[in-house]
Amino acid sequence: MSATIYRHEFLSRLKSIIIWSVAVAALLILFFSIFPGFADQAAMINELWAKFPPGLRAAFSMDKLNMATVLGFYGFLTMFTQLFLAIQAGNYGFGLVSIEENEMTADFLLTKPVSRTQVFVSKLLAALTSMFLTTLVVWASTLVSIAVYAGGREYDGTTLFLMMLSLPLFQIFFLCVGLVVSLIVKRVRSVTPYSLGLAFGAYVLAAFSGILGEVKLELITPFKHFDPSYIVNHGAWNTPLVLLNVAVTVLSVAVSYWLYIRRDIPAVS
Amino acid sequence: MSVIEVNNLTKYYGKSRGIIDVSFNEEEGEIFGFIGPNGAGKSTTIRLLLSLIHPTSGSAKVFGKDVTTRGPEIRRDIGYLPSEVFYYEGMKVNDLLKYSASFYDHDCTQRIRELSELMELEMNRRISDLSYGNKKKVGIVQGLLHSPKLLFLDEPTAGLDPLMQRKFFDLIRKENARGVTVFFSSHILGEVQRLCNRVGIIREGKIVEISDIRSLQQNNYKKVRVTAEGLKPADFKLAGVTNVQSDNGTISFFFKGDINGVLKKIGAQRVEDVTIEEPTLEEIFMHYYE
Repeated sequence: MSATIYRHEFLSRLKSIIIWSVAVAALLILFFSIFPGFADQAAMINELWAKFPPGLRAAFSMDKLNMATVLGFYGFLTMFTQLFLAIQAGNYGFGLVSIEENEMTADFLLTKPVSRTQVFVSKLLAALTSMFLTTLVVWASTLVSIAVYAGGREYDGTTLFLMMLSLPLFQIFFLCVGLVVSLIVKRVRSVTPYSLGLAFGAYVLAAFSGILGEVKLELITPFKHFDPSYIVNHGAWNTPLVLLNVAVTVLSVAVSYWLYIRRDIPAVS
Repeated sequence: MSVIEVNNLTKYYGKSRGIIDVSFNEEEGEIFGFIGPNGAGKSTTIRLLLSLIHPTSGSAKVFGKDVTTRGPEIRRDIGYLPSEVFYYEGMKVNDLLKYSASFYDHDCTQRIRELSELMELEMNRRISDLSYGNKKKVGIVQGLLHSPKLLFLDEPTAGLDPLMQRKFFDLIRKENARGVTVFFSSHILGEVQRLCNRVGIIREGKIVEISDIRSLQQNNYKKVRVTAEGLKPADFKLAGVTNVQSDNGTISFFFKGDINGVLKKIGAQRVEDVTIEEPTLEEIFMHYYE
């Protein structure tokens, strides 16, 4: 671990951290501000929902969440928070090594007296720090929103805790999968198409999995590994899927490290 | 002591050739010229020695340490100036140099000041606002600020104006006089001729010649030009004579061998003018590439 690289990496991402944090916090708080209205007219809203096509309801887990409850509403919101965080994490993952190689600054960094291991670990830790700062902001805005808008309605604290705790694991998955893909494909010229592709791809898979019912799609998409409706309805994580998720993450990091140590840094061409 | 030892180093990028079976040594305090056209494998060799890429087979040592296993220690004492420099665009020159210096154990502030004054750097400009030549100057300061013991220069003069080039060469000579070993890759022979003690010529990934720059010129062809009336190209049909050309009474040719044979032939004539000169590195070089 090199403090110099860590610091440089972190500072270069500072603007991005602020923008993402503000965006997700605004999403959460603004959406939560309509919760009191929802809860007061629960019967009417649920009647309205029932008129939606079943496929659409399944895609957004509306059939499984009672939006008149604090956790049901928060679970619905979490699907969107997850999408935001997935894109951000994907950006950091796909860009971790590739940005430096595209802008040709990898030569500068790797001719310094640091080992590949130091570079890899420092960069990864800096990206994780950046990501978790956003998570902290999400947690804070969640607690503030609930305090302000729940209006004394009851909810299970443990379930809320489990939902919030699932976010960092979810983010690390996208970061690590992004990283390993960026090292496997020949060259990532632009990060955004990849991270949007990965995040929306996984999201759409999860939505389909909802529409089609019992499909094994949930095995591959992290939106199902940490499905908010599952956590709300069971008051627990779907343990096998969470373990599968963590296993994929660990494998991605291990493979990324192995590839990065052996990597030939592309020259100007 | 050999600062660089390269043994049968081979690099393939997938199926395409990088370098094949390259071996050479560079002694401490030398300025070693590495010449060859674009794509011959000059940069590949340097990138292997910096462990930016990994060898397919063979090995290389710098300061007696294997480059694949002890890269970080080796790079403490290495300075690198690539042919095209790229730095973090958003940073200021000053911050970039400080970032660069922060990787080394000793304090480089004094050296940064000296070098940036010499190179006339504007320390508060952003990297993205710099012209190509100015970025190159940042590269020079960046490559030297930690007082390395070994310098890799990969076609370093591209983008520098003649005045800066001279300053740069003076700087390299001064560093060399302090004991710094220099590995200088270039396709411009004039500058290699001016600066280097020894040269290696690389062609299509293979070393074709390693030689002292002086013996390279001496043990080679002489260029002979004779102007005399009634002289015919056929008069110089001797062993070792090649490339005979006749132009308006002047015969010119390349000669390799005992010069006395040629002198006798010339002595038998009433000549107006004779020149016998050493070929330029350029001409030797072309010979290796034909």
